[in-house]
Amino acid sequence: MSVAVPAIPITAARNNMRLWLQIGFWVVIATILLVLTGVQFGPAATISILAITITKATPITLGALAGICSERTGVVNIGIEGLMLTSAFMGFMVGVYTHNLAIALVAALFSGALLALLHAVLSITFRVDQIISGTVVNILAVGLTGYLNRQLFATGAPPGLSVLPRIEVPGLANLPWVGPILFQQKPIALTAIVLVIVVHFCLFRTRWGLRTRAVGEHPLAADTVGVNVNKLRYMNVVLGGVIAGLGGAYFTLESVPHFEPLMTNGRGFIALAAMIFGKWTPFGAWGAALLFGVAEAIPTAMQLQGINVPFQIVGLLPYVLTIVVVAGAVGRATPPAADGIPYVRA
Amino acid sequence: MRLLYTLGVPLLAVFTALVLGALVILVTGGDAMKAYQGLWEGSLGRPQSISETLVWSIPYIFGGLAVALAFKAGLFNIGVEGQIGLGSLAAVYVGYAVKDVPFPFHLFLALVAGFAAGGLWGAIPGFLKAKTGAHEVIVTIMLNYVAIQMTSFLVSGPMKDPNPLIANAQTPKILQSARLPPLLPDPQYRLHWGIVIAVLAAVFVWWLLNKSTLGFEIRTIGANPQAARYAGIAVGRTMVIAMALAGGLAGLAGGLEVVGLNFYHTAGFSVGYGFDSIAVALLGRGDPIGVLPSALLFGGLAAGASRMQFLSQIPIDIIKLIQALVLIFIAAPALIRWLYRVRIPREAESVAGDVQLSAGWGKAEV
Repeated sequence: MSVAVPAIPITAARNNMRLWLQIGFWVVIATILLVLTGVQFGPAATISILAITITKATPITLGALAGICSERTGVVNIGIEGLMLTSAFMGFMVGVYTHNLAIALVAALFSGALLALLHAVLSITFRVDQIISGTVVNILAVGLTGYLNRQLFATGAPPGLSVLPRIEVPGLANLPWVGPILFQQKPIALTAIVLVIVVHFCLFRTRWGLRTRAVGEHPLAADTVGVNVNKLRYMNVVLGGVIAGLGGAYFTLESVPHFEPLMTNGRGFIALAAMIFGKWTPFGAWGAALLFGVAEAIPTAMQLQGINVPFQIVGLLPYVLTIVVVAGAVGRATPPAADGIPYVRA
Repeated sequence: MRLLYTLGVPLLAVFTALVLGALVILVTGGDAMKAYQGLWEGSLGRPQSISETLVWSIPYIFGGLAVALAFKAGLFNIGVEGQIGLGSLAAVYVGYAVKDVPFPFHLFLALVAGFAAGGLWGAIPGFLKAKTGAHEVIVTIMLNYVAIQMTSFLVSGPMKDPNPLIANAQTPKILQSARLPPLLPDPQYRLHWGIVIAVLAAVFVWWLLNKSTLGFEIRTIGANPQAARYAGIAVGRTMVIAMALAGGLAGLAGGLEVVGLNFYHTAGFSVGYGFDSIAVALLGRGDPIGVLPSALLFGGLAAGASRMQFLSQIPIDIIKLIQALVLIFIAAPALIRWLYRVRIPREAESVAGDVQLSAGWGKAEV
């Protein structure tokens, strides 16, 4: 174990510089691409790409926020994929039985919290290696959703299910550019953006945030001044589960009204890459999520424009991008010092 | 006594998982007795079932070894899925595209291609971890998706069987000279020589880890990278070699599926070997020899699953659920201790032997 050395301010500033340079680089690339599409196909194409970007970034943003909640207190959570898959299914299942999207949404959030609680019990109380515990969550989610889906809905999803409707934010939806991009989204996509701001504020401006960061950086110190380390970790992991549950709900309650096995398709892992790239900050993670959103939106927009590219090849983009980002960012991004280390009271 | 504990926890874990699995079946309106009767008949109940169990356990043995070997180097290889897939793809390509090579050599070439492709796919995350600190868990998972998409593209396009009668996205069949002979003369047994190769591979990995210099280096970087570097071991290089070997083993499994069983490759052929292999390795306590019985168990579950589905209409996915439950109890033996009020000494608890995986996302100490 390397000893955690508190970063001195100058280094931190330099690290921040680097991060912003890196983000700036990607923003420039994305802008050039968008301007080119705008020139080629007209501004409507650019607007549609940007709107799809926000939509596609939604589960990644929420997954990254879930990861931030959990990891800022020092619990690594690679089970976010499993949390999202499970709540996607549970939301779908309850939606089928109740035909009520609100209850289905609550069920999705609740199942995310419940499965996150399992991760918390295994990794905090039983001190199971957190990577292994997260993997257990992922495997359990695949088995549980696969089994229940086939046992209960063998004949496919019943017809007549709906998804959350598009919201036109009054007064803002008709603004040029910004309106169609930001304010004609569906509720979970909008909530994700609001949550980025909320989590940022709570993390850096409230007592909960200070304690969370203290526990993630130096649990012993936090304990000494009276913070209940493991209780806070439990809380934050479960809170992360709720946020991931919202991310899962995106798939079956907002995107499409049915469930497919493995439908999260790695979004939970991409979310972790976004979290790392964004240096465990909500806004950084959101920026990274938008980058992945663009990578997904461009193929979709190309199809809409009738450009034919083998879908498997353009479909590779988000995954390859994740590898590039993780390889490029991890060395420079510093995780919370106590991330991944169980806390044992001496 | 130590041995009893070592065996006791896995056995109780499997038992408890089966009981919980039965509960889930009952709650969701199935017949648990009939399901488990099917599971038994399909895995061990008849000679043909035993052959099927062994056939299924071949990729599990290799997959388990691929995870266990990486474990010893302190790396978590979740990329077995993609490594197996690319191994199959490479082996099938050599099998049908390379012509006029006589029997044992052509077969050998195909298997070497499978090993090399899997090895390359394993070496990439090892290299990125050593060079940049990119966490192997994320990289291997992303490479799985890349491999799946690439396979889907290749078998439906450039590598698709040109025969117009075949509508499915699948490759041509490999030539006779690249096929592995069956182990038993009776064609109702699908068991092939792969099982022998798999057991030999397990013994080889055991020898490599415990008796060779490279194995010592792998175990040292897994146990303590700082000490390893201080002792003059090239940590990064050893990391890449360990991951390449692990990927190669998985690739060999993919190759064997092609030359011994299917003779062609198709998109979506893999059935989740990647995650299962993690469970196999953990159940075998990260030990190459321990992987053998746990791969047999998983092979039996997989082979019995289709018979179970036939008899009781319980979807085969219940097997995945049972595997996840096994994994929970293996990972947290304290649960078993608490459930059964048995005392298990702490030293028998570690799931991956003596290895601690690198905590968090920290940069590799290279």
